[in-house]
Amino acid sequence: MKCTKLVDVGRRQFLRGGAMATAGAAVAAVASAPAQATPANAQIDYPSNRLTNVADLAVNEPVDIEYPDADSPGILIKLGEAVEGGVGPDGDIVAYSVLCPHQGWFMSYNSEDRSLNCPGHFSRFDVEVGGQQIWGHATQNVPQFTLRVDDSGDIYAEGASDLIFGRPSNVL
Amino acid sequence: MAYKRQIDRLPIPPADAKVQNVTCHYCIVGCGYKAYTWPRNQQGTPENNAFGIDLSEQQPPNGTWIAPSMYNMVRQNGQDVHLAVVPDEDCVVNSGLASTRGGRMAENRPSRVTGTQQQRMSDPLIWRNGVWQPTTWDDALDLVARVTARIITEGSEDDLVVSMFDHGGSAGGYENTWGTGKLYFESMKVKNCRIHNRPAYNSEVHSSRDMGVDELNYSYSDYQATDTIVMVGANPLETQTNAFLNHMVPGMRNGARFIMIDPRRTVTVNACEEVAGAENVLHLAINPGSDMALLNALLTHVVDQGWTDDAFIANSTFQSGEAVEMGSGQPAGLGSLDFAMQACRTSLDEAAEICGVDAADIAKAAEWIAKPHDDGTRRKCVTGYEKGIIWGNDNYRTIGAVVNLSLATGNIGREGTGCCRMGGHQEGYYRLSDAHVGRPPTYVDQLLIGGGGKIHHVWACDHYKTTLNAAQFKRVHKRRSDMVKDAMDAAAGGTREQLVDAIASAVNAGGLFVVDVDIIHSQIGQNAHVMLPACESNEMNLTSMNGERRLRLSERYMDPFGNSRPDCLIAAGLAQHMEAVLREMGNDAYADQFKGYDWVTEEDAFMDGYNTGNPDVTYARLREMGNNGVQEPVQGFEDGKLVGTPRLYTDGVFTRHGRDDGKALFCAAGWRGWQAAGKAQEEASHEFWINNVRANIFWQNQFLDQDNDFIQDRFPYPFIEMNANDMARLGIGAGDLVEISNGNGATQGMAYPTDTAKPGQVAMVFGSPAGSQGNVVNPGVNELILPDYKHTWGNIRKLADAPPQARAVSFKSKEYTAG
Repeated sequence: MKCTKLVDVGRRQFLRGGAMATAGAAVAAVASAPAQATPANAQIDYPSNRLTNVADLAVNEPVDIEYPDADSPGILIKLGEAVEGGVGPDGDIVAYSVLCPHQGWFMSYNSEDRSLNCPGHFSRFDVEVGGQQIWGHATQNVPQFTLRVDDSGDIYAEGASDLIFGRPSNVL
Repeated sequence: MAYKRQIDRLPIPPADAKVQNVTCHYCIVGCGYKAYTWPRNQQGTPENNAFGIDLSEQQPPNGTWIAPSMYNMVRQNGQDVHLAVVPDEDCVVNSGLASTRGGRMAENRPSRVTGTQQQRMSDPLIWRNGVWQPTTWDDALDLVARVTARIITEGSEDDLVVSMFDHGGSAGGYENTWGTGKLYFESMKVKNCRIHNRPAYNSEVHSSRDMGVDELNYSYSDYQATDTIVMVGANPLETQTNAFLNHMVPGMRNGARFIMIDPRRTVTVNACEEVAGAENVLHLAINPGSDMALLNALLTHVVDQGWTDDAFIANSTFQSGEAVEMGSGQPAGLGSLDFAMQACRTSLDEAAEICGVDAADIAKAAEWIAKPHDDGTRRKCVTGYEKGIIWGNDNYRTIGAVVNLSLATGNIGREGTGCCRMGGHQEGYYRLSDAHVGRPPTYVDQLLIGGGGKIHHVWACDHYKTTLNAAQFKRVHKRRSDMVKDAMDAAAGGTREQLVDAIASAVNAGGLFVVDVDIIHSQIGQNAHVMLPACESNEMNLTSMNGERRLRLSERYMDPFGNSRPDCLIAAGLAQHMEAVLREMGNDAYADQFKGYDWVTEEDAFMDGYNTGNPDVTYARLREMGNNGVQEPVQGFEDGKLVGTPRLYTDGVFTRHGRDDGKALFCAAGWRGWQAAGKAQEEASHEFWINNVRANIFWQNQFLDQDNDFIQDRFPYPFIEMNANDMARLGIGAGDLVEISNGNGATQGMAYPTDTAKPGQVAMVFGSPAGSQGNVVNPGVNELILPDYKHTWGNIRKLADAPPQARAVSFKSKEYTAG
């Protein structure tokens, strides 16, 4: 299954979330009020996108992903050793944005030391330590995607830890 | 596990958001930013916003983006407003690039709403009843003035010791150096004073100035029009980030080669290799402290090969032997090139032996710097230097050796050239003459340690973290200030007069009355009896110039936190109280010296000081000049614009030394091994060289970063980069807490295995609140009281297994590796 199709599913889910929030807030509105604020949820509703299946992953062979939408490239990696925040039967599967949170350049994965490296200005991030900036110019660690694995081994992305470069909202 | 912000959307600035000019208040580069502020109850939309772009689309690389660290909610004219501080793509300094420091300006603002920087001081505090109690400005300033006036009239102004910043940016700038300078150098003539980062009141680059060369003489654009970039003891990718990324990198892409003179391989070297190719980068990893021998060999080779710029030397440099004799306060003679060569002559082989690098590499560096092109035209070379030699061995002569090479090759005053310090803070110095301080000046730390001085006014300096010989300094400073605290406690409940009597008795018995002016509770502030809260750039209007003398007005976009004030207005308030107290004491003549401080705003202080000397320059005109400002010196005002000076010495006339002939002088930089007392012995008796280094992630001694979760998550303890074999031998693992000790004291940090660290050499980040490197630095200084922080040796032992915070961080190489 192609990721691009899944992204469409995610967008539809996001819209549904927004509609429900509108209905909920209307109850609280005072009938005689001359103006009514446009209500919205305090928290973003993220799409739940199937990325791949645990069975399709090999250790340290990253998979290109797109999340929450096709304009936000990322990477999914099975590390082979459990890490904090890792999912899957071995607790070792993680996913990150690959847009550098400094200036938005597309980062490459160094499989030797398991880091994301930005060719723009030399920033580096450690995929084994929650995307921590090893050295660089960013003012945050690289956004890590929240993953869920279902009983069949399908891996879903369902959120992000930090704001993705180049957008005022992770879900545009 | 890395720190997660858990922020997934931010407010959008509306199209009518207020936009103001901001010069980053951290490093000397002074990147341009725009501050957007807008009312709490308003916001823009993806389609209609202050940026005028469609924010419903993913922005491209280098596109406009507000990172969460660039956002906060602050107080402006008494109202809570949204704030976004975003890099300015139209500023020629940074062209839209943020650094990891400047990109956090907004979140490092104090906010009662978001809870950021609650460590900021909001009210004056007096040591009262055994603790610090908040009080009014009048109450606090009255006590400071009464104690100060009493002591300096009973004794002399020499009993008043002052530590004061001299920099731009932060809480410095032309306004605040003028305010403090007027108080201590005009109303008083305080000679027992020191600067924030060194134990005396002196220049960091005496020799360059004595040779006639101002230390900031180029434009950053010169890096883009040169053949060769030379860095001596500087690490610009980390410490002048966007001068490197936005000017040196394009220079290398234009074909410039890069020479790095530094014992340690830094990320700058790594980045240069990525940009220029390793074959165009030469890292001369010299033995610590041997820079001068290397520079002298480069000069000798250039002279012997006939690669000097003879026309420049004939027209612009002194020709008749010795001009300035070596002597007290003059660590080397100055004169003609021939005169200097008598002391400087060093063969390639001699330098190779002293410096521990190949003679062939020294020759190669000389070729890159000065060998003419095949068509006979001269090579252009820009040289930058910084703390590696400023805080290094034999400051005067080593910097003289750097400037010698640039003068001999005609590499000052022309496009694509320059010989400049890289700088730390921005500059913003405007004071009356400091001639009364003397040369050499008082070694203030030793004065205090020896029991001298009775009052210590401290302006935004934290010697606990950033002085040398810090362990002893702290012990004595605490003991002496505790005597006064005890006396104040004993006088509890008494009148102001009784309190002042008690303090006077205590300081006359060896105590020290300490007044600390700062934006936060500093470590040295623990010894204070009165604390006065200051504000920073953008909480006030502030003017400074950057490393290419670019003057900007960084505008006030928010209110000072609580009841804090600009330093210049604190100085004015203190002067007014001094005047009143002295008049009350019947000393009218002395009281009159404290007139002239009727400033209401920081602009009044600017007009009283900088504008008086530079009448063309006003806030309104600087505001018009925006983030590109004007390069000093300002020549005039034409067609509605200030006219500046992009590059100094284009006429080949050198003036910084004040000599009428306008000729630059060469420095007789004779090599003499370790210059400062105790260094050779310390090296011989300890296992490790403790290099004192900076990291891009921290601004100075972390005074704001210590309260920033993103930063403290990365390095919860000061890092100590160590060779893996050294670590294995000592049973030290990654993140373990280790102690460095020697006869001066001890400090602690977190071991960071580093494959490029040489055996027997470690690199510890300076100025950390969780481990001061200054504890182990000996008191050795040069003839002009310049400290040698960089050369310290100690032994290392493990203190404890890695604490939980240290176990959670990455210990991978800091070098970019695309894989």
